[in-house]
Amino acid sequence: MTKFIRKQRYLIDFTLSSLLRRKTKNLGLLLVYTLIVFILASVMLFTHALRSEAGIILQESPEIILQRMVAGRHALMPAEYLEKIGRVRGVVRKEGRLWGYFYDYATKSNYTMMAAPDKGLSNSEVIIGAGIARVRWLGIGDFISFNSFDGKTYTFEVKEILDSESELVSSDLVLMSETAWRTTLGVPEGYFTDIVLSVRNPREVSKIAGKLTLKLPDTRPILRDEILRTYDSVFAWRQGITFVLLAGAVLAFVIFAWDKASGLSAEEKREIGILKAVGWETGDVLHMKFWEGGIISLSAFMLGYLAAYVHVFYGSAVLFEPVLKGWAVLYPEFHPVPFIDGMQVATLFFFTVFPYTVATIIPIWRASITDPDTVMR
Amino acid sequence: MLIELNDIRKVFNQGKHNEFSAIRGISLQIEPNKVTCLKGASGSGKTTLLSMIGCLSRPTSGRITLGEQNISGLPERFLTDIRRHTFGFIFQKFNLIQGLSVLENIMLPAYPLGTPHEALMDYAHSLLGHFGLSRLSTSPVEWLSGGEAQRVAICRAMINDPEILIADEPTANLDSKLSREFMGLVDDLHQSGKTVLITSHDPIVFDSPVINRVVEMCDGQVLKDEPCY
Amino acid sequence: MLLSPAILALILVSVTVSLMLLLASGFAIQIITLWDINSGSEQQLVLERRTYLISTLLTWAFVAELVSLLLFVYNAESMSGQFVGAMCATGVLNVNVWGWPTLFLKMIVFFSGAAWLTLNYLDNQGYDYPLVKLKYSLLLLIVPLVIAEFVVQLLHFQEMEPDVIVSCCGSLFSSESESVAAGVAGIQPRIAMLAFYVSGLAMLLSGVWFLRRKSGGILFAVMGVAVFVISMIAIVSFVSPYIYEHPHHHCPFCILKSGHDFAGYFLYIPLFVAAVLALGVGVISPWAKVPSLAASVVKDAPRLAWLSMALFAMVYAMSTWMVLSSSLTMQGVWW
Repeated sequence: MTKFIRKQRYLIDFTLSSLLRRKTKNLGLLLVYTLIVFILASVMLFTHALRSEAGIILQESPEIILQRMVAGRHALMPAEYLEKIGRVRGVVRKEGRLWGYFYDYATKSNYTMMAAPDKGLSNSEVIIGAGIARVRWLGIGDFISFNSFDGKTYTFEVKEILDSESELVSSDLVLMSETAWRTTLGVPEGYFTDIVLSVRNPREVSKIAGKLTLKLPDTRPILRDEILRTYDSVFAWRQGITFVLLAGAVLAFVIFAWDKASGLSAEEKREIGILKAVGWETGDVLHMKFWEGGIISLSAFMLGYLAAYVHVFYGSAVLFEPVLKGWAVLYPEFHPVPFIDGMQVATLFFFTVFPYTVATIIPIWRASITDPDTVMR
Repeated sequence: MLIELNDIRKVFNQGKHNEFSAIRGISLQIEPNKVTCLKGASGSGKTTLLSMIGCLSRPTSGRITLGEQNISGLPERFLTDIRRHTFGFIFQKFNLIQGLSVLENIMLPAYPLGTPHEALMDYAHSLLGHFGLSRLSTSPVEWLSGGEAQRVAICRAMINDPEILIADEPTANLDSKLSREFMGLVDDLHQSGKTVLITSHDPIVFDSPVINRVVEMCDGQVLKDEPCY
Repeated sequence: MLLSPAILALILVSVTVSLMLLLASGFAIQIITLWDINSGSEQQLVLERRTYLISTLLTWAFVAELVSLLLFVYNAESMSGQFVGAMCATGVLNVNVWGWPTLFLKMIVFFSGAAWLTLNYLDNQGYDYPLVKLKYSLLLLIVPLVIAEFVVQLLHFQEMEPDVIVSCCGSLFSSESESVAAGVAGIQPRIAMLAFYVSGLAMLLSGVWFLRRKSGGILFAVMGVAVFVISMIAIVSFVSPYIYEHPHHHCPFCILKSGHDFAGYFLYIPLFVAAVLALGVGVISPWAKVPSLAASVVKDAPRLAWLSMALFAMVYAMSTWMVLSSSLTMQGVWW
């Protein structure tokens, strides 16, 4: 056993020195390899981060959202529905919410406008998200104007800028008093956007939702768990699609690796011939070559993963910014909680190291069966 | 160890239109502790024969026994194992690996055996000392002169302490002075109890007093086989 | 059909492994028909050199299977959020009839690959490769297993329909899938514990017998596999509830999570390795009478047996310790 380990140490030693002797060739391979790992790992870490951020946010959201449906479309919720619901066992709290969107011509972006009665805002005060503050150069005490639904302009004083742990949702948020909200967005008194209900025991959620649909047949309850579940599969699906799109890149990399492994230079061929002649066995050459692949794979994997980690968790995935800006001008500067999990590493392994290894098996084997007497010819 | 060849044949490209018989029925005994020279023009089959004796390749038919063991039917895996314990090789073009130091080149054949590192280093240094190469141990091999490269190749052949040394056209790339020096080294090796097998068509080699026996080959067969005194 | 990277990776792996094995078995057929160790022909040399390729392919396929087994479990774990009623990996495997068969096939492929590689290793020690035709015939038997794994796994993923909000209403009406962990854990803990310790003892005895008498290697292997299966059942039936400190939580996968100190790895890794080694003893020991293999059988079989017994002992020690140190007490309920 110790002999076996010593032998592998010699082989690794030799491999390292032979890698260093062909720096340029191997550096090219390492670079491409690292890039592939970096891209795939960034996509995985980023989408996973988005998903878990969404999860964290939803943790605080109410268990049930009740929306009114008219002709299959989401409609305003009459305030009397709150009374109609009456007392449902298990529901701790129920309230109507007011929220909507506002398109700002100046920055060509959408804001999420929300009434926040519990913030104690006066009718001329707002709280804005950090994204809005950034694009409009606003600080606390500055003024911001909104055009109301009927063409008037209302000016508000910025009372606070949201500095949320996660900017992801609060970036484009504007909070104002209920009266201000209704005046600006034109939803009449007596109507809400939707109703939220908090439930104490999670096991009762679906039972309560069932009761609600019976009582108010024109509404649909949306459960927090369902949103989470939907997020889960939507994010998994997005990742999947991205990976399918990137499959071309992986394939190109595999072909590149195959080519590198099979296109041995005359120098390398001679070297393997010498090794075989002086007493290296086919298996030894195979081992040596797989150590070589292993060292390259490991370095590329570590470097690529590390770079992706830094990119996503410390650089707020800047490289994805152009893509995401397509649907959100107020690109959130978000710093997700760093994490690593076994599944991602294993998946990444199968998209990078595994194809590389498989692609090099046959070329490596071909090189290793060089006739030991070639050097004598 | 006595090497015995019995009706050895080697055919290349078997069954194809360019089939070629390199060795055509050779039977031979090579005694231990002797210096034997296979002499012949290029294409006479001496290198092919040498590679079969040295377990680098297998005969198409016939029997090679090394001491007690029949090696002609062994798979490569086991041939290699026998080869690295029994034979040391010195090649015509020295075949050192560029970019590695002298010391590393010498230790290469020992790597697959997993010899303990310290013992290996000690032995390699003592070999280098014996052949007057100590001061070059860390230099890359491309800095060496022809004679030095030759001696490094000999050290490499000796690293696993083989019983039999095989040299294929060892003087082809040396001038006559260095060739004579080489034969002097061969004599040393012989004195220290090694069996030496050389192929050559260089008179400095086969006329040298160091050689105990010359086997002359032509077209894959033995032409003349005579002991020298 | 779900399209997450992990699922894509799992499918990619099983396709690749199937292709690798098909390639290897093509060469294997050539070797079975054309092999002639006494021939010095070039063709024989080509065949000999192909054996290196085949064992390399097999080694990598085996490694890939091992990692994919892990990934399969991780993936099931992570997907549990997407199905109503699926609390953990068990629930996801229960989503359709193909879940558990996929897991079992992966394990079977893993073990047969390990057994084959052991046989291959042994054969390579004999200068005349005495088992060459046998081992390549056996290789052909692994191929259908790998392809079956590919098909079953594909069906498992294809028939998955996640419970997602649809536009007309919440998915509230999607049915709760049937109770999850209950099916696996139907066995009485008392019986499971009895079987666990009795079979362990029997296995150790057969090991001692093998080491002293140099016979009964196959019996040892059979015992090893039996103990492996019984241990798995035992983990589900009574060890895991002690780890969770909850009498009705029987999941074999949640113990792999950080919340339970990764206890599962301490049980599964030695258990799998021990079973592989025991299987190796069974594969190696019958060939002591073949002259070219006798030396390595005598040398290697007892080593494998020792290691295997040591690891099994570790599994027993681990699980006993986990039961004893748990704050769950089931006296009077289970025993």
